[in-house]
Amino acid sequence: MLEVRNLHVQVDDKEILKGLNITVAPGEVHSIMGPNGSGKSTLAQVLAGKETYEVTEGEITFQGKDLIDLEPEERACEGIFLAFQYPVEIPGVANTYLLREALNAKREYWNEKPLKHVEFAKLAREKMRELGIDEDLLKRSVNTGFSGGEKKRNEVFQMQILEPRLSVLDETDSGLDIDALKIVANGVNSMRGTERSFIVITHYQRLLNYIVPDFVHVMVDGKIVKSGGKELAQELEEKGYAGF
Amino acid sequence: MSVDFEKLAQEEYKYGFVTDVEQEIVPKGLNEDTIRLISSKKNEPEWLLEWRLGAYERWKKMNEPRWAFLRYPKIDFNDISYYAAPKSNPRPKSLDEIDPEIKETYDKLGIPLEEQKMLAGVAVDAVFDSVSVFTTFKEKLAEEGVIFCSISEAVEEHPGLVRKYLGSVVPRGDNFYAALNSAVFTDGSFVYVPKGVRCPMELSTYFRINAENTGQFERTLIIAEEGSYVSYLEGCTAPQRDDSQLHAAVVELIAHDDATIKYSTIQNWYPGDKQGKGGIYNFVTKRGRCVGRASRISWTQVETGSAITWKYPSCVLEGDNSVGEFYSVALTNRLQQADTGTKMVHVGKNTSSTIISKGISAGEGQNIYRGLVEIGKNAEKARNYTQCDSMLIGDRCGAHTFPYIEVKNSTAHMEHEASTSKIGEDQMFYCRQRGLSAEDAVSLIVNGFCKEVFKELPFEFAVEAEKLLSVSLEGSVG
Repeated sequence: MLEVRNLHVQVDDKEILKGLNITVAPGEVHSIMGPNGSGKSTLAQVLAGKETYEVTEGEITFQGKDLIDLEPEERACEGIFLAFQYPVEIPGVANTYLLREALNAKREYWNEKPLKHVEFAKLAREKMRELGIDEDLLKRSVNTGFSGGEKKRNEVFQMQILEPRLSVLDETDSGLDIDALKIVANGVNSMRGTERSFIVITHYQRLLNYIVPDFVHVMVDGKIVKSGGKELAQELEEKGYAGF
Repeated sequence: MSVDFEKLAQEEYKYGFVTDVEQEIVPKGLNEDTIRLISSKKNEPEWLLEWRLGAYERWKKMNEPRWAFLRYPKIDFNDISYYAAPKSNPRPKSLDEIDPEIKETYDKLGIPLEEQKMLAGVAVDAVFDSVSVFTTFKEKLAEEGVIFCSISEAVEEHPGLVRKYLGSVVPRGDNFYAALNSAVFTDGSFVYVPKGVRCPMELSTYFRINAENTGQFERTLIIAEEGSYVSYLEGCTAPQRDDSQLHAAVVELIAHDDATIKYSTIQNWYPGDKQGKGGIYNFVTKRGRCVGRASRISWTQVETGSAITWKYPSCVLEGDNSVGEFYSVALTNRLQQADTGTKMVHVGKNTSSTIISKGISAGEGQNIYRGLVEIGKNAEKARNYTQCDSMLIGDRCGAHTFPYIEVKNSTAHMEHEASTSKIGEDQMFYCRQRGLSAEDAVSLIVNGFCKEVFKELPFEFAVEAEKLLSVSLEGSVG
């Protein structure tokens, strides 16, 4: 599904990713762990197409397509979703409005008919119930005045609605209490299947108790230095990154 | 691949066509003869001619104001024609008598004059250059006692009312452009809502400039008697031309006890081309007097057009407990400049005012908020809330804020909030990551920014305003 080969990325002439490789097959959950500043969030942003990052070398293919040439919105429509570490506030824009526009942009991309208001509202209510999110959240402006937990839950809610093929969760667990963490994890787990893949970026092994990954990668200084199964996360929790 | 704000303003102006209609245009130049000619064409009574000539005398002694944060070449007032009117039937009784070309113009603008085709519940006065060509739903409104007609017609049919109120809010010597307008005004709307009547429909005037090298000098007068209510909306467009054209309007509103006037503007004059050539110079004096107790005047404006905008819709809160409101969205794109805001003059006790201003600058646009809140010495317990937000799109535009506050009564309660934000790369990226195109993302973010103002517009027009804003922003990203 996703193949990243020898990826070099720089920002302001500073190289952050230094020859990164990762392959994600359909249905797999990969976790990327690593110390601060190792380039985890950069990878997430580059996959989503953030323009401040310059890809100087390497390839990214997603479902056979060269991703680097695609605009962020094209990547989104192709099925890449980024759950942001810091979801941005957009005052005056109702959460439901952004999401309906987003879903319909994606449907249009695939030559499907846009969802009518009523149909969308029904879908949104269903997903909210599943996630235990208050319906009031739909009417509020996007992320505006949301608590940290609400923002993260909103990301997962959006993911549920947009049904991406590859979701990248960038430290979605940070700042969450245990109940919110469970909600986020349930949101991911309920979507797992043979077609959908996930990259879960986290500092802590805690989240991986709830979202059990197929693979764990350790990222240090812009490269993946070790890969393994879920037991690798446990090992990191005990020993830290000092050994790398 | 970065978001290209430079490509701003590539979109063509949709209303830039010219109507080919035989017109009578008086020779250029401003002098007493011009004024006499205008007055005679309109069959005006002697007092009005004298009033005009008095205004002209004052105007000659005045200097063009230069305090605004605007740059434009000096206007040659003798190089303008002050009257242009279609030669066809000057006051058609029915639609069949209107020149088909003119009717078609309004169809193209999305303002069909046939009553059955209109938005339900909206009456229209259509002003084409210097004359009103048609007013719809007059009979229906008359059943309620509401007078809605062109000001020229009002001068003939309701001279008592016009004489009583004309210049009672904006005196003819008020300022340079108001004096000019008082001397040469041609047409505009007249509204009178009798005591206790809630006007059954939205009233609107659609101003169209068509003739070349002419100025449009609109004059509008709205009177709301005790306990009445009226909502009025004006829209404006003009052809695309290389030469700039002057639009200098005066609008006067009078609200008596417990009366409410809601005045909304969607201004979309031709803004000039990418190099700043052409476009309308819009110098406007709009003021309302809340003369009655608990009266209310609410201005809502969406300003997206014009090369130059100089406009400060104001409220004089004379009656105790009266309320003044100003909600504004001003968008400057390309080389457009807008110096706009309001004056809230608190005279009576317990008067309150609200100012919400949203300025959006894109391209090389300059957007200035200029506002005065004045609390008079007898205005016990007056309250004002001002919120003034600016948004910048790209890095070649500017936003400036000049708030003035004068308080002469210590019981006043004032709140002022201001913010300037750059349209966030992060907000853009967030929306695009969810699947929206860059253009849709800008439009969504800007419309969100303007939400507080749009919700003050009559519903049909709020939708229109959102669309207009999106169109005006088209090409802002690539």
